[in-house]
Amino acid sequence: MAHGAGGKASRKLVEGLFAPLLFGPAPGPLGDAAQVDIDGTRVAITTDSFVVKPLTFPGGSIGELAVNGTVNDLAVSGARAEGLVVSYVLEAGLPTEVLEAEVRAMAKAARDAGVRIAAGDTKVVEHGKADQMYVTTTGIGRLLHGVTIDPRSVRVGDRILLSGPIGDHGITILLARGELDLEADLRSDTRSVLPLVEALIRAAGPGIRWMRDPTRGGAATSLNELARDCGLGMVLFEDQIPVRDTVRGACELLGLDPLHIANEGQFLAVLSPEYADAAVHALSLAPGGGEAQVIGEVREQPAGTVLVTTLYGGSRIVDMLVGDPLPRIC
Amino acid sequence: MCLAIPGKIVEISSDNQDSALVDVVGVRRRIDLGLLQDDKPAPGDWVLIHVGFAMSKISEQDAADQMSTLRMLGEIDGAMQEVQGYGLEDVN
Amino acid sequence: MRFVDEFREPELISKTADQIRRLAGTERHYRMMEVCGGHTHAIYRFGLKDILPDNIELIHGPGCPVCVLPMGRIDDGLSIAQQPDVIFAAFGDMMRVPGTQGSPLEHKARGMDVRIVYSPSDALKLARLNPDKHVMFFAIGFETTAPSTALTMMRAKAEGVRNFSVFCNHVTIIPAIRAILDSPDMRLDAFIGPGHVSTVIGCRPYEWIARNERKPIVVSGFEPLDMLQSIVMLLRQLKAGEAKVENQYKRVVPWEGNRAALRAMAEVFQLRPYFEWRGLGFISQSALRINDRYAEWDAEQRFAVPGIRVTDPKAAQCGEVLKGVLQPHQCKLFGRECTPEHPIGALMVSSEGSCAAYHNYEYRKAAMVSLSSIA
Repeated sequence: MAHGAGGKASRKLVEGLFAPLLFGPAPGPLGDAAQVDIDGTRVAITTDSFVVKPLTFPGGSIGELAVNGTVNDLAVSGARAEGLVVSYVLEAGLPTEVLEAEVRAMAKAARDAGVRIAAGDTKVVEHGKADQMYVTTTGIGRLLHGVTIDPRSVRVGDRILLSGPIGDHGITILLARGELDLEADLRSDTRSVLPLVEALIRAAGPGIRWMRDPTRGGAATSLNELARDCGLGMVLFEDQIPVRDTVRGACELLGLDPLHIANEGQFLAVLSPEYADAAVHALSLAPGGGEAQVIGEVREQPAGTVLVTTLYGGSRIVDMLVGDPLPRIC
Repeated sequence: MCLAIPGKIVEISSDNQDSALVDVVGVRRRIDLGLLQDDKPAPGDWVLIHVGFAMSKISEQDAADQMSTLRMLGEIDGAMQEVQGYGLEDVN
Repeated sequence: MRFVDEFREPELISKTADQIRRLAGTERHYRMMEVCGGHTHAIYRFGLKDILPDNIELIHGPGCPVCVLPMGRIDDGLSIAQQPDVIFAAFGDMMRVPGTQGSPLEHKARGMDVRIVYSPSDALKLARLNPDKHVMFFAIGFETTAPSTALTMMRAKAEGVRNFSVFCNHVTIIPAIRAILDSPDMRLDAFIGPGHVSTVIGCRPYEWIARNERKPIVVSGFEPLDMLQSIVMLLRQLKAGEAKVENQYKRVVPWEGNRAALRAMAEVFQLRPYFEWRGLGFISQSALRINDRYAEWDAEQRFAVPGIRVTDPKAAQCGEVLKGVLQPHQCKLFGRECTPEHPIGALMVSSEGSCAAYHNYEYRKAAMVSLSSIA
């Protein structure tokens, strides 16, 4: 199965197999978290598995991803994570120090994110069956007031906002695998985006239509999903998309598009135009939001598609990731 | 046809004259200089890299010449447009 | 100078585009072929078609070394790797190219040891690191890549690394251009010449195109300004009734080519009497095989290879698209049975294949984005 990288194949699996069988009839557009009604109170709930290899890399490790990833899924769904439960699948023979390091990393990440890890479970499988460790986190959160996330509320003229530079995490992982003879001063951007999301909601809540954290498959995949869900066109201005020079260089060397690379500490938001300036301003004042930018806008055409335009009038369509990001050589 | 990009030689390996470290916009990569034996590059030189091998030295002079030609043409064209505006013949 | 940003300067691009519009006028229709897949990719990546006038038609040539390989060769390479303890190593571009039993990636999912490498020397390194396995490098590419494969094999021989072999599918560009010009359905005015192949073979090998066929050819770089400048140079020649070889990519391409690279190729390779190209049929002296001095590192000599000819599915029109006779969307399978997720032929898979480029660009663009509203 080539369905793991987060692009078209993953989506087909979720929409074609899981959704109809598990989620019941017509669940609506699939988001990063779901809402459940408990005696009249709506809570948000989400889950995610982390299978990154290598386990540790510049800027973080699997444990941190597991905490921040779920906190972020809740944040971009308009919820503040209140509690996480974690499940480990461990490969027999995994050194205790490695496990302990990850558990410590998770505890720290949870403290930094202001979320409680309430419970956990562990299973051990035979050697060779779990590639050291897999981690799954499930998070429950309270809905934040003042914001409603709905792709169907997106309108022509809305602005597309990005919280910071893209590509850091995916390229860091590629380099950390050591299969490439590349070195760069690059770190994963893994962090909780909840503080930035809360700042955004305070400044521009009524104007927020949609948010997402562009993990596997990158910003292109998230925006393609939105374009498809709302039937409008996402037009991005290439020169306004923040990308670090080293990420750009690595992508050039490998023939990759930064828009397809995974991020673990950024989010996209679509806002009505009246709130766009206030939003960027609020983010720029918040810690870690200094590189937030409007990167594009919603247009009627090309419908259901993401288009990237260049300063001199050229443009190209950016599709969802197909298969894995295989570097282009020839 | 195949992906090839410019990189700047940072250092030549001391134990292997055919191996060099290049910098591509801040990313460092080890490449093979074996195809440039007849015209060995030195640290500071720019080379064109393809599948981990340096294919050719990039002449900064030629690149600068090209850029100034392009700019000059741009200016000449600008002047031409102005001339055309006066109703004179299209000199192209 | 960083040699990238300077050649993407928006103001200069606009000015050069204006120049092209003035030179091209409106009466004549120009058909220019860019031979090389890298140029095809650049055209789509930088949206160059948007800024060229309608009377300049860019025709995609067969310069995608992955696209021109018949399916049978993929099968042959994979069959070698079916053997126990063989590692199949290839560039990322090869991984999703379909063979009759699936692509290398699909074989990997079924248990074959398949590794992506970014250089032939990575493949040799794999062999050194895995002495109990055999590493078979599936080599592809035109003359740009062949010297690197050659040098790697020379190193393998010098070091006595025996668990390494190359399945050689290197092809040469001149016979492909000749086949295009010989094709009765082709009517071309000029060529945008290959940029990186020329760093190896130089500009001389194109002289017959200008002299005998009377077509201008400009060896071009890959940045937007490079390609636009090349088009300016071609238009100038065409308007003056000239036909010569010019080198726009002077900063990188030496007129005489790279002698050390040509020496490496001569040391390791020899020309095959003929080789089958998808779409162009059998072309004589158009591909390289490993010579007898390096037989021990030749996968085709070390292993038994089925060598079965596999024709493309009848409805697939890969050949005609490769020749430039059909545009990608004119193939009956385009966008229907054949898409990037479910490719029938390599043109829909390779990042330089014209079908893949067209599918993601022209085909899905519903309307022109209003240029005036772009910041």
